[in-house]
Amino acid sequence: MSISDLTANVGEWLRGHGPMGDIVISSRIRLARNLVGYPFLSRATDDQQREIFRTLADAVGNTSLGQNSLFFDLEEMDDIDKQVLVERHLISQQQAGGAGSRGVNVSIDETRALMINEEDHLRLQVLRSGLELETLWSEIDAIDDALSEQVEFAFDQRLGFLTACPTNVGTGLRVSVMLHLPALKMTGEIEKVLRAAKDLRLAVRGLFGEGTDAVGDFYQWSNQITLGRSEIDFIEEFSTRIIPRVVEYEKAAREALSNERSSQLDDKIWRAFGVLENARTLASDETMYLLSHVRMGVAMGRLDLIDVGTINELLLQIQPAHLQKAQGGKLSGEQRSVARAEMIRNQLGHHRNN
Amino acid sequence: MGILCQQCKQEPATVHLTDIQPSGEPVERHLCESCASQEGITMKAHEAPAMMLEKFVKVGIEAQIGVQRKCSHCGMTFGEFRAQGTLGCPHDYEEFGDLLLPLIERVHDGASQHVGKAPGEQKASGERRAKVLSLRRALEKAVEAEEYEQAAELRDELMRLEAEDSNEHQ
Repeated sequence: MSISDLTANVGEWLRGHGPMGDIVISSRIRLARNLVGYPFLSRATDDQQREIFRTLADAVGNTSLGQNSLFFDLEEMDDIDKQVLVERHLISQQQAGGAGSRGVNVSIDETRALMINEEDHLRLQVLRSGLELETLWSEIDAIDDALSEQVEFAFDQRLGFLTACPTNVGTGLRVSVMLHLPALKMTGEIEKVLRAAKDLRLAVRGLFGEGTDAVGDFYQWSNQITLGRSEIDFIEEFSTRIIPRVVEYEKAAREALSNERSSQLDDKIWRAFGVLENARTLASDETMYLLSHVRMGVAMGRLDLIDVGTINELLLQIQPAHLQKAQGGKLSGEQRSVARAEMIRNQLGHHRNN
Repeated sequence: MGILCQQCKQEPATVHLTDIQPSGEPVERHLCESCASQEGITMKAHEAPAMMLEKFVKVGIEAQIGVQRKCSHCGMTFGEFRAQGTLGCPHDYEEFGDLLLPLIERVHDGASQHVGKAPGEQKASGERRAKVLSLRRALEKAVEAEEYEQAAELRDELMRLEAEDSNEHQ
């Protein structure tokens, strides 16, 4: 198995079949951990970083986590391959751009990624499609337990798990849920919702996390506070209160649009589909918005020529590294726009339900 | 002509600081730019005066109390941490404890005590947490459905489990 085996498919988290999958694209939980007896990475020597890498890779190998999984050594990968992992949410941009000994262990179904030597020595991550936070918590809790039997993590009775950045100290937990909110955007209510998120001390980012804009109406919601509340408390708040409420708002906005602006709504959806089916060059951001409108149309039952899973897959396949991987080499921005349009035309023709 | 720098007593003082003593008493200090920068106080020209002033007082206080403190394990100073945003090693949390704590509290909504998972925790307590989660959801549903008798039972069960959990952590 290699990168090319990954890019032939999409990971579980993009299959679009999870709970509330029409609006909740995916759920993700990550835990930050560091080994006792070593400095954090900014202060570690190359030798220490290599030792941390080996210790953690061995720990993974000594548990059942090593089975049915792939190990990627980032030091030995080229930029496009690393970027493929970023686009698939298996490593962070920060880890891709880092230096020295570092890597990631990924389960075959891509629901689990154990990043070694990211900002912390270890970042455990699990992700699935739809709203599945309880399932994810029991998975990551067990992974963390299994690894704790192999190595000792830095922990303090008062401050909890000790992390390189004090913003992650305590649980080291980050819960992220990716939402598709096109109707709230169209009705102009999104600003209100985002303000409410801010009041709740939540971060809202784009599809690819930190530092990315919410292009194409895709918003990643995550907690910022990691200390003073238990993991379960955070997860419960997300899965029973925050996310269901935002989903309700989006549904209400969709309902309002179909009652009050039905023709404009259909025009937006079908116009987007028409462009995707016929365009000869497509820039990245534009494509994201077009796919967003089509996705909403499919989820609302106003367009039935393709399914949500196919659109999710396209969201990934149109990303720069995936495009270049499919084309077998480096492409300029202009060449990517052409390749992107061609790929979408083929996929839509292929998947179009007859 | 203004006052001279208290440090070098040569250049005119252009940096005016109000330090807060441990006793809470304010003490004014007047430095020239080069002596101030030697203390780790830097000035950004493009900042609005009010912002700058606020930062000055703050940075001034911090400069006094800890920028140069060094971790005996990894050698990182608190000033270096302030500049790069990440710590040098797990011991820094202890070595910079009093300097870090206000910052940690600010970031985490006032919290300074970990609640939740601890390594090597008994499996039973993990299962108990999962149980607490599902009980809470059931309780919410019962309240919504106005099934108060059932809600009371769930609440008692929850309180019992949570008490067990906190006993174990002591």
